[in-house]
Amino acid sequence: MIRVLKAGLYTSVQDLGRFGHGSFGVPVSGVMDVQSAKFANALLGNPEHVAVLEITMVGPELEFTEVTSICMVGAEMSPAINGKPIKNNMAINVFQGDRLTFGRLQKGMRCYLAVLGGVQTESVLGSRSMYWPVTLQSKVLKGDELKLMEMKKHILERHAVVRFGDSYVVSETLEVFEGPEFNELSKEQQFILFSKSFTISNHNSRMAYQLNETLQNSLNAIITAPVLPGTVQLTPSGQLIVLMRDCQTTGGYPRVLQLTDASINLLAQKGVGQKLRFVRKPYV
Amino acid sequence: MKGFQLKFLPFNERSILVELPSRIEEDVLKDVLLFKNKIRKNLSKVIVEVIQSYNSLLVVYSLTIDDFNSEILNLKSLYESQVDDVNLESLVWEIPVCYDTKFGLDLNEISEEKKLTIQEVIQLHSQPFYMVYFIGFLPGFLYLGGLDHQLQFPRKSKPRMKVEKGAVAIGGHQTGIYPNESPGGWNIIGNSPLEFFNPQQSPPCFVKAGDQVQFVPIDILEYEKIKRDVGFGVYQPKFRKRL
Repeated sequence: MIRVLKAGLYTSVQDLGRFGHGSFGVPVSGVMDVQSAKFANALLGNPEHVAVLEITMVGPELEFTEVTSICMVGAEMSPAINGKPIKNNMAINVFQGDRLTFGRLQKGMRCYLAVLGGVQTESVLGSRSMYWPVTLQSKVLKGDELKLMEMKKHILERHAVVRFGDSYVVSETLEVFEGPEFNELSKEQQFILFSKSFTISNHNSRMAYQLNETLQNSLNAIITAPVLPGTVQLTPSGQLIVLMRDCQTTGGYPRVLQLTDASINLLAQKGVGQKLRFVRKPYV
Repeated sequence: MKGFQLKFLPFNERSILVELPSRIEEDVLKDVLLFKNKIRKNLSKVIVEVIQSYNSLLVVYSLTIDDFNSEILNLKSLYESQVDDVNLESLVWEIPVCYDTKFGLDLNEISEEKKLTIQEVIQLHSQPFYMVYFIGFLPGFLYLGGLDHQLQFPRKSKPRMKVEKGAVAIGGHQTGIYPNESPGGWNIIGNSPLEFFNPQQSPPCFVKAGDQVQFVPIDILEYEKIKRDVGFGVYQPKFRKRL
């Protein structure tokens, strides 16, 4: 298992999400940056849907109580095993008693730690993704012990650093579709949305990212309607709210834009103060 | 089905939004639910879920949609098809609520502002059959229609940081039950001992869209007894079939 010695800022177990329960108000959840998490699993030969640890900005301190292999993809957070620096995008064998620590955040926002076979915490409603009140915890806590797949010995012999097309981690361009209420904006407001640069506020979490710049509007509230991760809501005070993986299933604010799947991954690697631009993508 | 004028919109790579007329009405809801049923029955192989609200259905597919036009035509013909027109079973649930001021933190304020006695507030709140339009906002949160206009009361200008699990509250023209502890700006008038969301059960909510609920006033002793039974997992919520 993995013993959590320090939890870090916000570390949680996530897989690709909880589907089919939206009718009960259950959010999708799952890894914020799907691309990084899938790549981390792929480098270990895991199926893409198995659970990983999502590590946010400040890493945890973890101890492995058994032999396994791990791989980190996404944010670069200066990881080290027993004090010896290791690299992202590479399968690494760990031994009983090994300690994994993290240091300075160098790039991105969220790092994905995959382990051979996937993290084996409890599956609730078809997913291991942590989200209270579906799971008992919304993140891992100091002292937690996370079950792993049992390995007799290492099965990965050779490994190399694999190049990962992670230019999106630093990109500032979000591709978006027009949302259901986009056409209720004036031509001028539409123009502003696609020409202005927006900044991420300090209200950013797994649930939503609020942007600092506002867009004056007199749009009416809509009668509560479905939303998805990536939906951009516009509040009466002009605030733009980009919903993320833990967002609620319905909302009453006009839905002016919708991020593409790739743009949600990109935004998941951004933090407070970083700049963004929206670029229109047509539906095929 | 009624044959409303429907609007179909691509929502993202894998989803299509279907909109019925923008009204909070039972005949719209009925059509939404029938269509949802049809979609689930006929497209179960290609969709992961259908999220539904008062007048919308969001159909989420498992794979990227290559051709929106043909998929929308598919949905259109499914809506118009006469087959599989099933009658949806609708239940009426009795929801015990303790309106004691120990729970009903805002009962006095509502009673004073509305010039109604507390007894009248309780009676007005527990009389109607409320329509369950959908579950959203929080896991297990029921969107209910049918609050008596005399009880409409604006949300608090400053939301509470912590509203108790089970709190029964009024916000504007809506009433609802907080399925779990959360921050909230609605006015609290009572508390229900029932569990509205239990992820260990399948399905996790005993109430579904299209059902009705009625609030049944109980005293503190009854509340404590039901709460205990719910805790032991031996309480069965009471229901009857809707006529």
